[in-house]
Amino acid sequence: MTAPERRLSMIEAINDALAVMMERDPAVVVMGEDVGYFGGVFRATAGLQARFGKTRVFDTPISECGIIGVAVGMGAYGLRPVPEIQFADYIYPGLDQLVSEAARLRYRSAGEFIAPITVRSPFGGGIFGGQTHSQSPEALFTHVAGLKTVVPSTPHDAKGLLIAAIEDNDPVIFFEPKRLYNGPFNGHYDEPAVPWSRHPDSVVPEGHYRIELGKARVVREGEAVTVLAYGTMVHVAREVAERRGIDAEVIDLRTLVPLDIATIEASVAKTGRCMVLHEATRTGGFGAELAALVQERCFYALEAPVERVTGFDTPYPHSLEWAYFPGPVRIGEAFARLTAA
Amino acid sequence: MTVPTTPGTNQPRLRLHVPEPRHRPGDPVDFAPLQVSVPGAQPRPDETCEAAATHPLCLDLVRVLGDDDLAHGPWDPRLDAATLVRMLRLMALTRAFDARMLRAQRQGKTSFYMKSTGEEATSVATALALAGDDMVFPSYRQQGLFIARGYPLVEMVNQIFSNRADKLKGRQLPIMYSARAQSVFSISGNLATQLPQAVGWAMASAIKGDSRIASTFVGEGSSAEGDFHSALTFAAVYNAPVVFNLVNNQWAISSFSGFAGAERTTFAARAIGYGIAGLRVDGNDPLAVYAAVRWAADRARANAGPTLIEHFTYRVEGHSTSDDPGQYRSAAEGGAWPLGDPINRLMRHLIAIGAWDAERHAALDKDVDEEVRAAVRAAEANGTLGHGLHHPFRTMFEDVFETLPWHLQEQSEQALHERHVKWPDWSDDADVGEAR
Repeated sequence: MTAPERRLSMIEAINDALAVMMERDPAVVVMGEDVGYFGGVFRATAGLQARFGKTRVFDTPISECGIIGVAVGMGAYGLRPVPEIQFADYIYPGLDQLVSEAARLRYRSAGEFIAPITVRSPFGGGIFGGQTHSQSPEALFTHVAGLKTVVPSTPHDAKGLLIAAIEDNDPVIFFEPKRLYNGPFNGHYDEPAVPWSRHPDSVVPEGHYRIELGKARVVREGEAVTVLAYGTMVHVAREVAERRGIDAEVIDLRTLVPLDIATIEASVAKTGRCMVLHEATRTGGFGAELAALVQERCFYALEAPVERVTGFDTPYPHSLEWAYFPGPVRIGEAFARLTAA
Repeated sequence: MTVPTTPGTNQPRLRLHVPEPRHRPGDPVDFAPLQVSVPGAQPRPDETCEAAATHPLCLDLVRVLGDDDLAHGPWDPRLDAATLVRMLRLMALTRAFDARMLRAQRQGKTSFYMKSTGEEATSVATALALAGDDMVFPSYRQQGLFIARGYPLVEMVNQIFSNRADKLKGRQLPIMYSARAQSVFSISGNLATQLPQAVGWAMASAIKGDSRIASTFVGEGSSAEGDFHSALTFAAVYNAPVVFNLVNNQWAISSFSGFAGAERTTFAARAIGYGIAGLRVDGNDPLAVYAAVRWAADRARANAGPTLIEHFTYRVEGHSTSDDPGQYRSAAEGGAWPLGDPINRLMRHLIAIGAWDAERHAALDKDVDEEVRAAVRAAEANGTLGHGLHHPFRTMFEDVFETLPWHLQEQSEQALHERHVKWPDWSDDADVGEAR
């Protein structure tokens, strides 16, 4: 029995994952600002309220503290809430409920209560969102004991990872790279946009499937240099490597916590060179953690210093968005340094 | 009279108002401005009334027990004597527990304790007014709730001593209990976070068509947190079946209630702004507390919506064992509190109705003290803080996630390694002892 081949955008794949889980598990509820009748500002929840009813898919007050706090309480009751935070930039009012409550509830109650919640939130730049609609705050969450952090880069992965996140009994921060919602993005913003329908990873099976949290994916095999990336930057790294003719091995981490350290170690042992790449600000970013891990665990395989390619330590600017974005020039020069060393 | 002006303008110079409490150390105490209401004089609307019908009560004070020690007015819950004696015993047990745990902390058996002296009615009478399986999200001073729900004293002491039998594996600061079997949520320690969680639980119960409601507690001080506003907004928006208990004990560590807004209006009056029911009740009158909570619980159960109850009371002791209230408030306040002591008031009421006497009360005090002593003895056999009988080291890494990821596995091996370096003969399992 083979499912018919079906191509979806990332936003459609996320919608599909939510529908599959709501169908399978009556404990799953979806809530957030504008997610109900309207279906979400990015359409991730389109049609769900009509299909599953107002008590399972509903709008909320504009209060991220309330949204996350209420989700924690629903989880304690036995529901499996999937709250949406409309933009990752808006998540901070809910931070205490995530960091002090959801993340530690299992620990502090020795397992009496858990917070099986999946917080979905669009993140990252590339859509002229300015400093309040472009941030990548993943490192704030990877730093917290008790939270899992997931970032998909394709429609196929988005669905399988979101299903695994919803089924997970720990709180999961699920950051969706909004620049990838409607098509892959290779970093060349001055070239025509490409839809997902021409990308092989837009084939999304019907029904239920999982991509286990904590498993990276080798997107492109190579011998010369390892690139550790996630979200939008997976596509950009791959494009730069191919245009420059660099035999790079591009690894899509997919889950930042727990991290697939085995895949990273095997790749760096093979290539001896490593670039860590993210769109978020540089200082204290997740790239610093990756660089430290590679240094600790692969030092004697390294033939060059680990290259860290990131956004700058500024707020995400509006008019100068592409000057901020770690694009082909920044990545290309890092490749050049790595391969020359 | 000349108004000071800002130089170069004719505009009045702006002034910052910083609230100041009525009495500082050494000041004579005068609570006359509190305007205590007449017991029995407050109307009692039907539980399913429009929220607005309760709003005059937000500026009043519901009282039942009068100076004559008898129950008055429509809020008299008309409890039978056996229930009142049970309530009295639970409050006395809570006070005896507090006294014994304070002593244990002073003896070095644990790091920290918080008493609830004078506030026993707010937790015990509330617990009795709710159904036993209504989910309660407490703050940190509701030990009377755990006791009234039948959570074993020895479990509480094990937790306070962080010993090898502590159900929470020594992870939590003393008194941050968790009692799922008694339908009480894990206590956080971060303030007011439990409020939106209680609303979420209540919403879930409504989503599932359940009949159980949620209730939660917050102090007047932490009602200034954003979580309070979020919770009341959500509760109002979704008509959530939840009862908010705001315990106004006048002091948030050293900050008096004025720093949470008490100079402007009552805390119950916040219900008016959200359009939900609100009640302001004498928190030292166990019958009034019972009646108010029962009213709000019945209202929630009838799908008539949430209620904010302000329990007006007084924190007789310091905030915790780490606090010395003599540094910032008059020591005479507690004794001069115009609403008296909840245990004394209920005891006198029972005597006045012929159901109690001094002899029986003395026997009760002896009985509850012995019950507490027995629990402490049993708990001490499992160890006290810092005396070796704790949970095994590996448990430090458990329950961060459902399963142990590689990085925590590596870190747990490091922790065990460090232990072996310090004590080469040590075995992790030896720590478990016979209690587990």
